[in-house]
Amino acid sequence: MRKLALTLFAVPFLALLFALPAGAVTPDEILDDPVLEQRARDISAGLRCLVCQNQSIDDSDAELAKDLRVLVRQRLVVGDSDNEVIGYIVSRYGEFVLLKPRLSSKTIVLWAMPLILLAVGFGYLLLGSRRRRTSASATVLSVEEQSDIKKILGSREGDQL
Amino acid sequence: MIVELGHYALIMALATALLQSVLPIIGARTRDAGLMGVAPAAAIASFVLILFAFVALTVSYVTSDFSVKNVWENSHSMMPMIYKFSGVWGNHEGSMMLWLLILVFFSALVAFFGGNLPATLKSNVLAVQAWITSAFLTFVLLTSNPFQRLSPAPLEGRDLNPILQDIGLAIHPPMLYLGYVGFSICFSFAVAALIDGRIDAAWARWVRPWTLAAWTALTAGIAMGSYWAYYELGWGGWWFWDPVENASFMPWLAGTALLHSALVMEKREALKIWTILLAIMTFSLSLLGTFLVRSGVLTSVHAFATDPTRGIFILCILVAFIGGAFTLFALRAQTLSPGGLFAPISREGALVLNNLFLTTATATVLVGTLYPLVLEAITGAKISVGPPFFNLTFGPLMIPLLLAVPFGPLLAWKRGDLWAVTQRLYMAAGAALLVSLAVIYFATGAPVMAGLGIGLGVWLIAGSLTDIAMRSGVGKVALPIMWRRLKGLPRSAFGGALAHMGLGVSVIGIVAVTAFATESVVTMKPGETTVGGPFTLQFEGLKPNTGPNYTELQGRFIILRDGQPVSHLTAAKRVFTARQMPTTEAGIYTNGANQLYVALGDELPGGGVVVRVWWKPWVTFIWFGAIFMSFGGIVSLFDRRLRIGAPAKSRSPAVAVGQET
Repeated sequence: MRKLALTLFAVPFLALLFALPAGAVTPDEILDDPVLEQRARDISAGLRCLVCQNQSIDDSDAELAKDLRVLVRQRLVVGDSDNEVIGYIVSRYGEFVLLKPRLSSKTIVLWAMPLILLAVGFGYLLLGSRRRRTSASATVLSVEEQSDIKKILGSREGDQL
Repeated sequence: MIVELGHYALIMALATALLQSVLPIIGARTRDAGLMGVAPAAAIASFVLILFAFVALTVSYVTSDFSVKNVWENSHSMMPMIYKFSGVWGNHEGSMMLWLLILVFFSALVAFFGGNLPATLKSNVLAVQAWITSAFLTFVLLTSNPFQRLSPAPLEGRDLNPILQDIGLAIHPPMLYLGYVGFSICFSFAVAALIDGRIDAAWARWVRPWTLAAWTALTAGIAMGSYWAYYELGWGGWWFWDPVENASFMPWLAGTALLHSALVMEKREALKIWTILLAIMTFSLSLLGTFLVRSGVLTSVHAFATDPTRGIFILCILVAFIGGAFTLFALRAQTLSPGGLFAPISREGALVLNNLFLTTATATVLVGTLYPLVLEAITGAKISVGPPFFNLTFGPLMIPLLLAVPFGPLLAWKRGDLWAVTQRLYMAAGAALLVSLAVIYFATGAPVMAGLGIGLGVWLIAGSLTDIAMRSGVGKVALPIMWRRLKGLPRSAFGGALAHMGLGVSVIGIVAVTAFATESVVTMKPGETTVGGPFTLQFEGLKPNTGPNYTELQGRFIILRDGQPVSHLTAAKRVFTARQMPTTEAGIYTNGANQLYVALGDELPGGGVVVRVWWKPWVTFIWFGAIFMSFGGIVSLFDRRLRIGAPAKSRSPAVAVGQET
């Protein structure tokens, strides 16, 4: 179904994509054990359909996606843990199937980027404010001056803003 | 004939845009009023010419002139008129025409309303707009000409992609482009300021309404697209972290940051350099989005490699504009004065925090979207970055930001008192906490996170109300005075509060539907029932039906509550005749803020059909929140201060602050 989404958002952009009827999980695939079925759904949502664009096997109605869904359920029924199931699929289809890439030397930049940027941003602001404080120290008012000003302006400024 | 005239008008528009690119800049340099005067005239002429070309294309669509290749490829004589019309931009060439039309529309607006702008600034801005116009006009004329003819003319068209045959196509792309392309004005103003080497309050006053207008349209456009995807898709998702969605979301995030930093710049003349940088970045992300989706590089690297003409062309435009603007920035930023000082705990400080988180979030989405492409290009390794990654990174970045939102508007400029503000927010915090606890307690099986998430939404809503209440002096002054103050509040105060409130509404919708939605997939035969939320759904049977350009199989359902029928619902599977392409039409029953969502699957031998039923509590809040946000943007746009326009001379901060009340 992701293809539809892609087409919709790409409306102005991409012309030729195909629509597929709503599909994905069909009643015959569903496991009797609701806990196991929920685990299967959660795992499926994180596995990419290899023949689709940015679609998980849980959303896709491609034949291959169905095969993978059935495979996931088979492994779960046999008693595999979630990680074992995912590991099994990855060993057969490669890291590409994981919608959440594993942390590795290849993906460290990807995962660390938000933290690095936040740290750099905060660091820059901190440095900037310290620099400004030292450079502007000559114009800083004394405590008494400040409280005087607050007395005079405080209430009015509060109302204004 | 009109088709050829349209083509000719496009070429004329390119000539006009080229003149507009050069002459006003020279005029601004040499203070030649005659040369500078070319800018507004040329801007309006370009607009008229491109409008004419656009109308020419529209006429050939509406009259189903299949001798035009573009019409033949994307239209059909049996299509309802509204889709013939909106089909103009339902394809690559046509949507580039819409892109151009909106671009020159904005230029013309600057030309028209820019009477009170400093003459050199206005000339430079319009020249930069013309650079963009020229680049994209060349792109259209050389690689994406919508006016190509076919001979002999085919008898019938190949139809518009059925999923696009929806009212959404009439609204979503124009809104999205108004936002996307609207940011070009901010970009042009930024570049013009860098060329001029000076920015003053007039600059900020001009940039803010444009940012606001573009942001408002983009918010509405993205929300509309999300809802369209939701009902058209047939599986009830509303956001997929798809690269194409990210392409529109990144300018929105950066634009939201710009909106807030422009506020600081306008009121306090601080953050000047940063605001310029953000303005450049926001439009750069719009351009990047255009490249990503146009070049086909997202579909697969190989698709890009097989027909790279368009992709490389846009890549060149992208590199020239982004590279050029950043180079100019690097050269000139030092000459700009950084502007006002402020303490870390202040309104400015809060807005800086907002910008820090929003730009980090933008960068996260950007890196996540491009990482697989870059990694494959460098190492050949193929990885996927999908929704689980974005939920894990983007989500946590938003939480501190959303928590901080109610503090911002209550803090004083320059130096704020965090403790005093916290005291003012105690009611909002209490309400949020109470709702959180109530959700955790009453909703069976509700995860604690869901309770906290809904509490966060309430915190945002109550925080915005607190802001308005404090400004009008609730509890401090007598009722008539309070009323007078409330009426006297600037519209932008209401706009801001509305937008923040909308954010809260969306958060509630997102959390509720994520935590409490239920889904069932069942096989149903006529007469059988299944449960969706508090409702029972009874299947009546399948019935074939014929539409203007499709045939469909309708599944009809009766909705029962406590055994009593309350409504009915029809879900369908359509096959569009021309392309023999199947689509799903979901059946949706809206009950308050909740929706019951039904999609048909495959028919099974023996008269059964696969039915997917979702109960989506509070789901409409997601889009109502966005409507609130857009509405807040519109309210702010009508602020008196913005309507007056920019004064020619820079005003002192003291005057600006005094005027705002």
